[in-house]
Amino acid sequence: MTVKITEKNRVETVQLSKVGGRNYSNFLRAVGAVVWKDLQAEFRSRELFTAMLVFSLLIILIFNFALDLDIQTRRSVTAGVLWSTFTFAGTIGLNRSMAIEKDRGCLDGLLLAPVDRSAIYFGKVLSNLAFMLIVEVIVLPIYSILYNTNLLQPGLLGVILLGSIGYVAVGTLLSTMSVQTRTRDILLPILLFPVVIPVVIAAVQASNGILTGAEASEIRPWINLLVAYNVIFLAVAFMLFDYVVEE
Amino acid sequence: MEQKPVALKALDALSVILLGITVYLALVFAPTEAVMGDVQRVFYIHVATAWVGMLGFIAAIIPAVVYLRTQNLKWDRVEVAAIEISVVFFFLAIVLGSIWARPAWNTWWKWEPRLTTAAITELLYIAYFMLRQGIDDPDRRARFGAVYTLVAAVSVPITFMSIRWIDRTLHPVVIGGSNPGAEGGFAMTADMRIAFFFALFSFTVIFVDLFWNRIRLGELQEKVEQLKLKVTM
Repeated sequence: MTVKITEKNRVETVQLSKVGGRNYSNFLRAVGAVVWKDLQAEFRSRELFTAMLVFSLLIILIFNFALDLDIQTRRSVTAGVLWSTFTFAGTIGLNRSMAIEKDRGCLDGLLLAPVDRSAIYFGKVLSNLAFMLIVEVIVLPIYSILYNTNLLQPGLLGVILLGSIGYVAVGTLLSTMSVQTRTRDILLPILLFPVVIPVVIAAVQASNGILTGAEASEIRPWINLLVAYNVIFLAVAFMLFDYVVEE
Repeated sequence: MEQKPVALKALDALSVILLGITVYLALVFAPTEAVMGDVQRVFYIHVATAWVGMLGFIAAIIPAVVYLRTQNLKWDRVEVAAIEISVVFFFLAIVLGSIWARPAWNTWWKWEPRLTTAAITELLYIAYFMLRQGIDDPDRRARFGAVYTLVAAVSVPITFMSIRWIDRTLHPVVIGGSNPGAEGGFAMTADMRIAFFFALFSFTVIFVDLFWNRIRLGELQEKVEQLKLKVTM
């Protein structure tokens, strides 16, 4: 079957796609602006990054003595130690990144900007993700050197990326709520940890599978779970973000 | 002072009667289980309390959605009522389950999908109330509460599923074998079934009764707040 395209139809289609395209690029530009602002502020102060990195190294240090990481134990607990480190260090980053917005009145400024609220959400997700990934990328080689294991495997990096996306997707939404409460310094982990347990479970199982050289069919369900979790919670947070910044 | 509605009073009385009958059915009427003995009797109440816990959790989703759409604080009171009942009944279910598990599984606790999910759900509820406590503005409190209720409602099934997957990959036979209460590991006789379903039914009525009372309490609290404001102004 062939479809006849009349001149009028064609013009309309072109115009529609132009309008759609402009909105889309506006949205992306707004997201980019939020990310750029965060990265630039961080690049100047380096508060958040330093705190997260030092905290991560301290957690590994504590695990080293708490679990007595000899060669035998290490094989089974590496994935667990890594993900505990990322989970704990992540809350510091999320809390701080949102608290800065709130304290200096930046959040109100952002809300006044004539952009979609979800652009702010996705911008914050991307910049939080960037901080987390930078810390992870530095922690992995350090851990590899300290414990003489090679953690820089493409599969593991993929799992870490997926897990971090899920963690940050929920974390950004919940930290936006927690900084607006009286008990904000202690509230975020309490709100966040019970919700991200599936991420921790799936990421630890998948990382463990990759580190012990399990078969792909054993690892794939966990990767699928991570992807599903990310899609579901990005969508949920996208729909709910408006309500947590509303004044 | 506003009078309690007659229907609610009747429901209160009915709940007490039903609870009495349930206790009788569970402790006296139902036959003693052959293998586990008398401790199995806790099963009737245990399942019923877990059922109410889940009922409240699911019931909270609707007012949360409606609140976000309408911004009417009435729905926030409904949501809090459902979750408050749930948090108490889930706690009871966990404690009763542990009492049963000690002789049946020879341990108070096991990191099994149902138990772990129940514990995580309980922690989510506690987080929910901590979140609400930290906010003074009633509108914001209601909005954040509704958002957190929905996030929790989405995450609990995923958590349950993922914990189940670990167990399946590690020890596939154990779930059915060591979980007689939840998986139907013992065959129920007709009398047991009567006690079981009656317990479910009466606890559902008790849930409705508590739910109604709690919503009414919330409304009265609101009224008191407004009267206080009027007096001070």
